[in-house]
Amino acid sequence: MKTPILAFAAFALALALVPVAGNNYFVQQATFVCMYCALALSWNIIGGYAGYPSFATAAFVGLGSYAGALLQNTGVPMVLAWVGATLVTGAFAALLGYGLLRMRGHYFAVGSISIVEVLRLTASSWSGLTGGGEGLNVPIMAGGPEFAGRVFLYAMLVVMVIAFVMTLLVERGRLGFGLRCIQQNEDAADMVGIDVRRYKTAGFTLSALFCGTVGAISASWVAYIAPGDAFSILVTLKVPVMVLLGGPGTLLGPVIGAASFTIIEQTVWSRFLDYNQAALGIVIVLLIFFLPGGLLGSVKKWRLAKGKPGARLPAAARPTENPS
Amino acid sequence: MTAPLLEVKGITKRFGGVAAVNDLSFDLAPGRIVGLIGPNGAGKTTLVNLITGVHRASAGGLRFNGEDVSGQRPFESARRGLSRTFQIVQPFSQMSVLENVAAGALFAGGASSRAQANDEAMEHLRFVGLHPLADRPAASLTLPSRKRLELAKSLAMKPKLLLLDEVNAGLNSAEIGVAIELIRAIAQRGVTILLIEHLMKVVFSLCDELLVLHHGELIARGEPQAVAADTRVIEAYLGTKYAQRMEQA
Repeated sequence: MKTPILAFAAFALALALVPVAGNNYFVQQATFVCMYCALALSWNIIGGYAGYPSFATAAFVGLGSYAGALLQNTGVPMVLAWVGATLVTGAFAALLGYGLLRMRGHYFAVGSISIVEVLRLTASSWSGLTGGGEGLNVPIMAGGPEFAGRVFLYAMLVVMVIAFVMTLLVERGRLGFGLRCIQQNEDAADMVGIDVRRYKTAGFTLSALFCGTVGAISASWVAYIAPGDAFSILVTLKVPVMVLLGGPGTLLGPVIGAASFTIIEQTVWSRFLDYNQAALGIVIVLLIFFLPGGLLGSVKKWRLAKGKPGARLPAAARPTENPS
Repeated sequence: MTAPLLEVKGITKRFGGVAAVNDLSFDLAPGRIVGLIGPNGAGKTTLVNLITGVHRASAGGLRFNGEDVSGQRPFESARRGLSRTFQIVQPFSQMSVLENVAAGALFAGGASSRAQANDEAMEHLRFVGLHPLADRPAASLTLPSRKRLELAKSLAMKPKLLLLDEVNAGLNSAEIGVAIELIRAIAQRGVTILLIEHLMKVVFSLCDELLVLHHGELIARGEPQAVAADTRVIEAYLGTKYAQRMEQA
């Protein structure tokens, strides 16, 4: 139990030291790594522990970026705007989750992805508030690009650390245990005394909160938002793939997945711009066929097969249940 | 006579045009083992689902422990001390045996922490004899062990009333012997048991009283020997002609 925490601490420290060692390009890449780690850790709560395949990540990121940008444009200080965006996103997810989580499996997946589209269309039609398709400008941070780059790196880093601590608390507490029961067998979870609707809504809300923060921070970072970028279908697909790559329902899986995915994306795919999306598709297919429990899941399965104690199978690596 | 633990009043469940349970009323006194029998499709499992809130009754009501519990949801039923096992066992298959039982202790049994839930779970596993397998994934258990896991899980929920839905189905006679002893031991702890069962051996050796369900209606109630001799019960199980021959004989 100690090892993942130490590994994560080392990882976070390494990212924090990037500005000392590297130039602005590396600072920017480190910021992306922190951002996707925070998103992946968030998704893991509902998608990994509870086993609800949510594709609503981009809806929360987009909502957070619009909320943050609008707050900043009315004169709210930047960091307060980020906090405000977090709260707005959390409240939205809590209300939405109560209805959306009545659906299960594929229905839930389709329902959740439609939220992204509905919000994107709302943002592009409501010109009076959001500027419509022209987008919104956000005040550029003073102090020059080098200083700003560092501020946004550390901001994303803090969000990532908070998301990790949240995961740790969830995993060790009642909520995580209850969500894992729901993932295994929702009806049996209900029978065992778990208020499944409340637990799922809580998990969904937690998985949305920091997506909102990430959205608001990136709006300040880029200083301009538009509906297509804010509510990006690509983000909504990439984040679950990252978690599946690393190992859903584990502490470190999302971090491993997000970090390796981002690095692969930057070093390999950016050289094949035309086939970028096709490569993402191939990764998804390979994952489903060969790594159903992610990288961490495969390691644990191997340890379990070797009879090492303390190894628990992650959520998605379940063989088909033989009925009795 | 003490106040009944469970009162069922005119409960009805219709699935479309079919009344699976029709205007059924009975009550259960605390501290007894009551058997619920009936031919396939009589509505036994539907009745259990009604009592535990899985199905919502089309009409009628329920009182448990003096409280009106009509319209309760399953998790509320579990927390009130009304727990059940499933005819088709429902473990959290990728969790360990211990975690399965700990879930019951934590979410319905009132354990204050995960650690306490684990301690309690270990005790229940020892009681049903599964403690050597505590760390194994539930999916790796054999059918008799899964049935015992179900029992340990329901016990961890600290039930006042335990509904056992065919816990002996699929077991061989040696395994059934063990299960009978286990059920008896649970009853001695003061848990009231409603036992749904097809196996007459089990019913006759355990139950103080029998309820017989047929086409969703209660056709007989009483001591096991008396119920077994009841013409309507013989009719339900073996057909009218056979019952007439029995009468003549």
